[in-house]
Amino acid sequence: MAKYLMLKHYRGAPESVNGAPMDQWTPQEVEDHVQYMNDFAARLESTGEYVDSQALSPQGTFVRYDGEGRPPVTDGPFAETKDLIAGWMVIDVDTYDRALALAGELSAAPGAGGKPIHEWLELRPFLNAHPTVTE
Amino acid sequence: MTGAVGLLDELLLRELTPAVIGVLVRRGVDFATAEDAVQEALLAAALAWPGQQPADPKGWLVTVAWRKFLDAHRSEASRRDRELRVEAEPPPGPTEAADDTLQLFFLCAHPSLTPVAAVALTLRAVGGLTTRQIAQAYLVPEATMAQRISRAKRTVRDVRFTGPGDLATVRRVLYLVFNEGYTGEVDLATEAIRLTRQLAAMTDDPETAGLLALMLLHHARREARTRSDGSLVPLTEQDRSRWNTSMITEGVAVLQTALGRDRLGEFQAQAAIAALHADAPRAEETDWVQIVGWYDELLRLTESPVVQLNRAIAIGEADGAKAGLAALAAVDPGVPRHTAASAYLHEKAGDIATAARLYADAARSAPNLAERHHLTRQAARINQLLRG
Repeated sequence: MAKYLMLKHYRGAPESVNGAPMDQWTPQEVEDHVQYMNDFAARLESTGEYVDSQALSPQGTFVRYDGEGRPPVTDGPFAETKDLIAGWMVIDVDTYDRALALAGELSAAPGAGGKPIHEWLELRPFLNAHPTVTE
Repeated sequence: MTGAVGLLDELLLRELTPAVIGVLVRRGVDFATAEDAVQEALLAAALAWPGQQPADPKGWLVTVAWRKFLDAHRSEASRRDRELRVEAEPPPGPTEAADDTLQLFFLCAHPSLTPVAAVALTLRAVGGLTTRQIAQAYLVPEATMAQRISRAKRTVRDVRFTGPGDLATVRRVLYLVFNEGYTGEVDLATEAIRLTRQLAAMTDDPETAGLLALMLLHHARREARTRSDGSLVPLTEQDRSRWNTSMITEGVAVLQTALGRDRLGEFQAQAAIAALHADAPRAEETDWVQIVGWYDELLRLTESPVVQLNRAIAIGEADGAKAGLAALAAVDPGVPRHTAASAYLHEKAGDIATAARLYADAARSAPNLAERHHLTRQAARINQLLRG
């Protein structure tokens, strides 16, 4: 088994094919989308491949240390050009191909007109724990 | 306490927890050690009771917890080569179970604890939940919750009460637990109601009764508040036949008794507002004028900007959207849900283009997914109208 992170972006990913903002959909389309996402997570739980998923607020700040006795420096809110993560799902699957297939399914979530959004998702393998047997 | 013990037994165990800790503390055991010993006794009970529940469950727990304490003390004492002074089981002290439990409430909500620590400690020592259950309810790793609890116990180790503790701090902790809602196998809202009921029974305090009433009146609407897919149903759209009427009746009765004492507090005023909502058979029959009156009371008690915001919405219902927007203009725009309130009032005032834009803005700053989806749907609904 290997863990993968499926990252969803508010900004920074290439344009989706069907990328109209959600408030321009019909209320039914919004509901169908939410239902699709819930069903997707529930199905992965039932197959034993679901690990975690979280959504993030678009508000965020860059922070760094600014030397002894000084408060940290902040830079934010994020400038419009910066990459902005919206949320993620972590899956634990047998193969890379399975991870690709699942990311593809998630990207097919319905949007405006009930058609798939074709949203770009970022698929990132976790660095594994050091194996017990190395030789 | 996993599935091994039935539901009734688990609740019985949890209800006995604070009293058993109290007995050990009265015998001179420090709180942290007593709490550990009682947790071990609870685990032992979870294994032993399904076979045969003892006739005197509390006596059983006291005996086992005392033995666990002695075992721990003995091994520690022999390590340090210290003499044993607590070998013989002392006679049971005076029966002050209620006072002991009350002291435990105060200790677990002690002002030296952060709110997060006080919540965890209260759920374990007063609520009798296991660390695993608490961790699951708050979606943190069990090791993290274990650390949080042991740090909290160290913090209150040297606390000695000279007078009565502060009920307000206990109420705040229970309110926090209630608001956490429902995740995992433990229903924190129900647990908060159980503990608040216990606290209200031990104290003669209208504001604690007010908190209990507030919880009951809110909890009564739980079934109607979310759809099966987890999405939110606003108060005005809820199916009122799904409200729990016996919980409402109890909440109103508790509140009326409390208000009769004429010592108004924040929770009583909030409960009064919840009671007025519960009293309306249909949303249109809500007595908004009285609700505004209670918000005025609440504002005098708290001066909270969140109350100002809710008051503006109530004014919008009582005196019309224009008056509501005027009241909202005086509220700090940084208050959470300000944009959502503004969207609602603008729609009510007929300015639906502004409302759609504000709903979309509000969705972006929503504090949770359920609210975000709800606000997005509102924006989508109005945009659909605008498209004709």
